Amino acid sequence: MLSVFRYYMVKFNRFILANGLRVIVHEDHTTPMAVLNILYDVGARDEDPEKTGFAHLFEHLMFGGSVNIPQYDEPLQRVGGENNAFTTNDITNYYITLPAENIETAFWLESDRMLNLAFSEKSLEVQRNVVIEEFKQRYLNQPYGDVWLKLRPMVYKKHPYRWATIGKEVKHIEDARIEDVKAFFKQHYNPQNAIMVVGGNISIERAKELAEKWFGPIPAGEKYHRELPKEPMQTEARRETTSAKVPLNDLYIAFHMPGRLEAGYYELDLVSDILSRGNSSRLYRNLVKDKQLFSEIHAYNMGSFDSGMFVVEGKPIEGVSIETAEAAIWEELEKIKTEPVPDNELTKVKNKTESTMVFSEMSLLDKAMNLATFELFGDADMLNHETEKYLAITEQQIQEQAQQVFRKENSSTLVYLAESH
Amino acid sequence: MTLNRKTAPQFQPVEQISLIRPEHIKLDNGSNLFIFNSGDQELVRIEWIFHNLRFDPAKPLLNVAVNSMLTEGTSSRTASEIADQIDFYGGFLQVDYGYDTSQVVLFSLNRHLPKTLPVMKDIITDSIFPQNELDTFIRNQQQKLQVSLQKNDIVARRKFNKALYGDTLYGLGADFDDYKTLHREDMLAHFRQMYQPSNCTIVVAGKVDQTIVDLIKSSFGSDWISHPVKADTHQPELTPNEEHFYFIEKPDALQSAIRMGLPMITRQHLDFPALQVLNTVLGGYFGSRLMANIREDKGYTYGIGSGLSSLKKGGAMFIASEVGADVCRDAVNEIEKEITILKTELIPDDELALVRNYMMGSLLGSLENVFSHADKFKNIYFSGVDYDYYDRYTDVVKSVTAEELLQLANKYLDLDKFYKVIVGKY
Repeated sequence: MLSVFRYYMVKFNRFILANGLRVIVHEDHTTPMAVLNILYDVGARDEDPEKTGFAHLFEHLMFGGSVNIPQYDEPLQRVGGENNAFTTNDITNYYITLPAENIETAFWLESDRMLNLAFSEKSLEVQRNVVIEEFKQRYLNQPYGDVWLKLRPMVYKKHPYRWATIGKEVKHIEDARIEDVKAFFKQHYNPQNAIMVVGGNISIERAKELAEKWFGPIPAGEKYHRELPKEPMQTEARRETTSAKVPLNDLYIAFHMPGRLEAGYYELDLVSDILSRGNSSRLYRNLVKDKQLFSEIHAYNMGSFDSGMFVVEGKPIEGVSIETAEAAIWEELEKIKTEPVPDNELTKVKNKTESTMVFSEMSLLDKAMNLATFELFGDADMLNHETEKYLAITEQQIQEQAQQVFRKENSSTLVYLAESH
Repeated sequence: MTLNRKTAPQFQPVEQISLIRPEHIKLDNGSNLFIFNSGDQELVRIEWIFHNLRFDPAKPLLNVAVNSMLTEGTSSRTASEIADQIDFYGGFLQVDYGYDTSQVVLFSLNRHLPKTLPVMKDIITDSIFPQNELDTFIRNQQQKLQVSLQKNDIVARRKFNKALYGDTLYGLGADFDDYKTLHREDMLAHFRQMYQPSNCTIVVAGKVDQTIVDLIKSSFGSDWISHPVKADTHQPELTPNEEHFYFIEKPDALQSAIRMGLPMITRQHLDFPALQVLNTVLGGYFGSRLMANIREDKGYTYGIGSGLSSLKKGGAMFIASEVGADVCRDAVNEIEKEITILKTELIPDDELALVRNYMMGSLLGSLENVFSHADKFKNIYFSGVDYDYYDRYTDVVKSVTAEELLQLANKYLDLDKFYKVIVGKY
């Protein structure tokens, strides 16, 4: 074992306001900046199957003015701040970075939009259009852009992961009404469903004082209890073929795997590194370089909180049949199921994981987002034990997980063919 | 006391920016080493930066191909061995081709540097571009190119660059057949001339103690010597095209890509910082006029922005967006309207104050860690200006007047000189 064990430490303090808002403070006095990150425990998985894309549309509306502040961005930019947000199938996360001395502006803005939105019809109308343009830009007007709209419903039959965060179709976004927006806000946007991380050049005392001042008076609201349908065990291989005006064939094989907090997750994350991380990875070396079957190939784990997904995706070289390409991928998957990963190779992916963790400590915002996510999982301190978990994995555990996951009856294969033109 | 949520809290404008300046060491072999030592993490980023060689229209891809293939084999290491040795020690090896310079970058934990640095030395001094790897490279690049050419924004950018810069490295948009001009012998010759100490700047950032400096000096110091033939890094002058309007029709497009802009002054020019303020007002931040009008008011697009590029041989200002195909013409009209307003109406005090604070905060926020300080240095160093530039920049951001910006808009933003590229429907 080459790695020398090192305890990664992102230090923090935690307190909970009377209304249920969980607050994490990470002091970092090496920077003149501060970060305020708010994670809301709501994602596309919480949507009504007939109103998909709503969590993400709602994220856009959070910038359309709140009850006391007509303009969100303007006052923040005025104090030298920047912000953004993203929605996933699992969560919605908002963040601000600004000069630390102006941190109170961030508290003021974020607390007002947690308190209540302005719910302007104009904002809804414009953001519907903006999101529809985003839908086109990312999913419809791009070669292979619609892959996820096709692959998700193949893999998931019951769980709401069967739709993408952008939504199943444009119509769901067109149909969004202000009543839906209000109901969604009431259900999900309150202190009990949020985690706030304050980071950077700020003391714990100051963070506490500002949190009490601005967030303390917000009513607790109702706690949202998530009850999602469980994805039934897949029992036979699924396969679809589609075609579009794209230049090259593309092949996707997706597998169910454990969710983020389930046993086996870390093993499979390392499997994706063994298969596909960097130029020394197996798929790149064997299938792109040696056998010359693909121009590019990737394996990755979606990191989903509930039932997870492992994807192998590659574009075969022109003239290589889908059958040949597919067989070559399966050969690599069989290898990892039947042969122990050599020590050197396992050490390599562990070392890479470890150095990635050290490099991520260079970014204040990354640290804040990570703390928020792990607090949602139950304890922000889990962040400081991530590396240990990867380092403890054995080759037997890797093999066992590979055997569990890489089975034909657990696979969904999407063949994306180039239409001749 | 009730909380007043209507009024914004007090705030302080950012007054001062303090930049870490490097220690400079001139190595025996003529290369320049710049060292940024700061930070708590036991890691470094090392960049080896080389000026590109003179553009040869008959062999247009040499600069990019040589850089991309530095990871593909040396006399003593195969591509696999290179990848293995860097990955095994948790390092990250990148090659980055740029318009003016190309670089090789290593991210490494300090304790692994004795293992990762020899690999870097090998690829920088002894790459051999094996024929089988070159064949693979060409085929894979040709495949990827086919996918890129179906993306409207990429097609628009290529067309725009060609129009503005002509037959130069900046104007180059590789086509399928260009890859056929790549030959191993040319690449070897190009490599030998370009990747030599006299054409190399090394920038190290991280926790850099004397041991690390010594390691770098011993690997890239006296026993790495320059080639007798000096690197010819002079580039041909830019030759903008006469034609200013380009429409590439895509009948099935749901969105059209718009790219507009014109040649512009570079960082060396005294007007440049004020122009950055003007650009920010127009399209340089989320609250910009283009975003406010075309996204937040009209809903024509997911995003629109403007930018300034400052390169060795010239600069440009450009505006880019992808908009609903049915509103493309309206969007172009609105863009032109916003430019006209900048030339005819004074920017209101309130907006200008906001942009000043935003830009200062953004500058402060861009100094996240020691790597960012090194990046700020590279910006000025390769533009031929010194640290005074940042003093001038912050002075101008804090003090430029609306009248000066109006004059600047009239001086530089001549709509008749704008190039306009539309890919999709119009």
